[in-house]
Amino acid sequence: MSTLTAPKVDAPSMAPTSAPYGLMAEFRTPAEIMEAAQRVRAAGYRYWDCHVPFPVHGLDKAMGVQRTILPVLVFGAGATGAVVGFCLQAFTNAASFSVWALVWVTGYPFLISGKPLMSVPAWIPVIFELTILLSALSTAGLMLLMNNLPRLSHPLLANNRFRRATDDRFFVVIEARDPKFLRSKTEAFLKSLGASHVEVVEDR
Amino acid sequence: MSSKPSMHHSSATKGFVETDNTEQPIGGRAPLVLNMHRFGEVTHQVCRVAESKPPLAWYVAFVICLGMLGFLGVCVNYLIFTGVGVWGLNNPVMWAYDITNFVFWVGIGHAGTLISAILFLFRQKWRTGINRFAEAMTIFAVICAGLFPGIHVGRVWLAYWLFPLPNSMEMWPQFRSPLLWDVFAVSTYFTVSLVFWYIGMVPDLATLRDRAKGKFQQFAYGLAAIGWRGSMRHWHRYEVAYLLLAALATPLVLSVHSVVSFDFAVSQVPGWHTTIFPPYFVAGAIFSGFAMVVSLAVPARELFGLKDLITLRHLDNMNKIILLTGCMVGYAYSMEFFIAWYSGAMYEKFAFVNRAFGQYWWAYWIMVSCNVITPQLFWFKKVRTSIPLMFILSIFVNVGMWFERFVIIVTSLANDFLPTSWDQFVPTWVDIGTMVGAFGLFGVLFLLFCRYLPMIAIAEVKAVMPEADPHPHAHGAHAHHGGSQEGHGVPSGAMPAFRDPRSSEGQP
Repeated sequence: MSTLTAPKVDAPSMAPTSAPYGLMAEFRTPAEIMEAAQRVRAAGYRYWDCHVPFPVHGLDKAMGVQRTILPVLVFGAGATGAVVGFCLQAFTNAASFSVWALVWVTGYPFLISGKPLMSVPAWIPVIFELTILLSALSTAGLMLLMNNLPRLSHPLLANNRFRRATDDRFFVVIEARDPKFLRSKTEAFLKSLGASHVEVVEDR
Repeated sequence: MSSKPSMHHSSATKGFVETDNTEQPIGGRAPLVLNMHRFGEVTHQVCRVAESKPPLAWYVAFVICLGMLGFLGVCVNYLIFTGVGVWGLNNPVMWAYDITNFVFWVGIGHAGTLISAILFLFRQKWRTGINRFAEAMTIFAVICAGLFPGIHVGRVWLAYWLFPLPNSMEMWPQFRSPLLWDVFAVSTYFTVSLVFWYIGMVPDLATLRDRAKGKFQQFAYGLAAIGWRGSMRHWHRYEVAYLLLAALATPLVLSVHSVVSFDFAVSQVPGWHTTIFPPYFVAGAIFSGFAMVVSLAVPARELFGLKDLITLRHLDNMNKIILLTGCMVGYAYSMEFFIAWYSGAMYEKFAFVNRAFGQYWWAYWIMVSCNVITPQLFWFKKVRTSIPLMFILSIFVNVGMWFERFVIIVTSLANDFLPTSWDQFVPTWVDIGTMVGAFGLFGVLFLLFCRYLPMIAIAEVKAVMPEADPHPHAHGAHAHHGGSQEGHGVPSGAMPAFRDPRSSEGQP
């Protein structure tokens, strides 16, 4: 299939004009990137990353990525949802005071066929739904936020070869801001990892 | 389905025999991806659907669905400008086609989240082939469902009264009412399903962005992919978030149809007031949802040449779930009858006898034959793995499940406590037009999805291929020292393994 060949690389872009974003090494299999990641980590680099088309099992551990605190935050959001759900119903159906919620609103005690005003069992479905809603929205939102997404421009996205990071190639990128980054040395190091291609990523 | 011009794929050629990958080899795993060993092939297989012109059948289906959607617009506008009297509703039967369609579509919408969330938690890897379009189906089905209560309220321009919004009358909704629970359940379900679907699609949208040739495609997919770069640090949080979303969506999907069933069960109408409703509705929803997935997957894999990714094994598994949930539904039908007799309540007993032998007897027996008898054929593997048969049976199930809701709603209302107020429901052309039109809405959305979005979760399929294993030769070693966790990572702080010396040094 002709579409499987690598996209053409801009040859002139190799010429260093300004400070580059970093160096990018391309690998062909999950096993190769796994080994490369272990060695980059051992070499003591700090600002580096692997870019892979799918989550390679165990690669995050090999890179030394700390487990995210996302679940803890989501628990907080879920608990907030439950409290909001309870307060919303208690206020609107069982109270008669006013509060400021963007506008001044007053509660309305709903007396229906002699049922108690605080009908907590009947409120459970709404409490449950709001718990789930807030948890799910914050899961997605916080995940994107912690990943610095949405981000519509990035030096890597301007690189043609990098396009295959979402297809079938596995990349290690070491950023120029890393204290251990020395262009010639890092380039040689990346080549020694068995990369099929090493390239400078320009910062634009 | 006769024309497949540019979408043509080797597996879709004439005389193609379905590869039977339904058997699990001893000590191994049946392949979920056929005839492909490179990641790029999977990317290409899925992306070319969105990148090339669709087959003629797509255009034909799209025009038909667009026509039906137009008719939906006519019916809905006629209703809004005239009033709900244009429907065949009458005094005892105040809910009929509208609520039947609502419950039907919400039910259809259950399979997507079941596949993406519950099967994910159960580590069912075969879900990766079908989850994306099942989730899309869920979202479109819930859109169709939301339409009906929206227009049923009569004064559509006051539909926002459903939500607890501050207003000058200082009135609030009644939170003890199951109808209000329904508002929260369905809107939460829609929102969470949409988020789940979109988050799952972001890496694949990035794939489409990176393959896009045209400026507009690059911009549109680029915007939708929100800068995804496949960073492993991102993937790490992404996988945790995906697991959390699955864990949150699992109780949610079970709650939604339970809450829908409360609309009936909490009332005191004979035939509605039963405690079996929540589990019975959930089983029925999964039953109908999977049938709809099969009805859509069979033509889609044919049309877009996706037989290597949606294999016979996927379809066989879905048919097994249809069989299981079909048995549950059949059990629920018989248990309802038993309890109606065993309770000794005369109204309850009458309601059920009247269902089977009263004025709507034909609807009841359509329901029983489609929902109880039809799925039993899936006990036979020949039927489960026969493409035409499963397609026909899945249509039967869809029909049966529509009638189930009709039977529950209309027969119970038409003949309630007082014989003098009994009446019959006869649908008008607006009733039927709205029902047919909703299928048009669903079809248009689904066809657009097939055309422009990644129909199959590319990244997830790649991750379940054997080639995705980063330790292709380490399996024997794992079996020996058992500590597979150690083999994956680097011991913190220690000198890391370069070429995995542990395997050669023979660590115990």
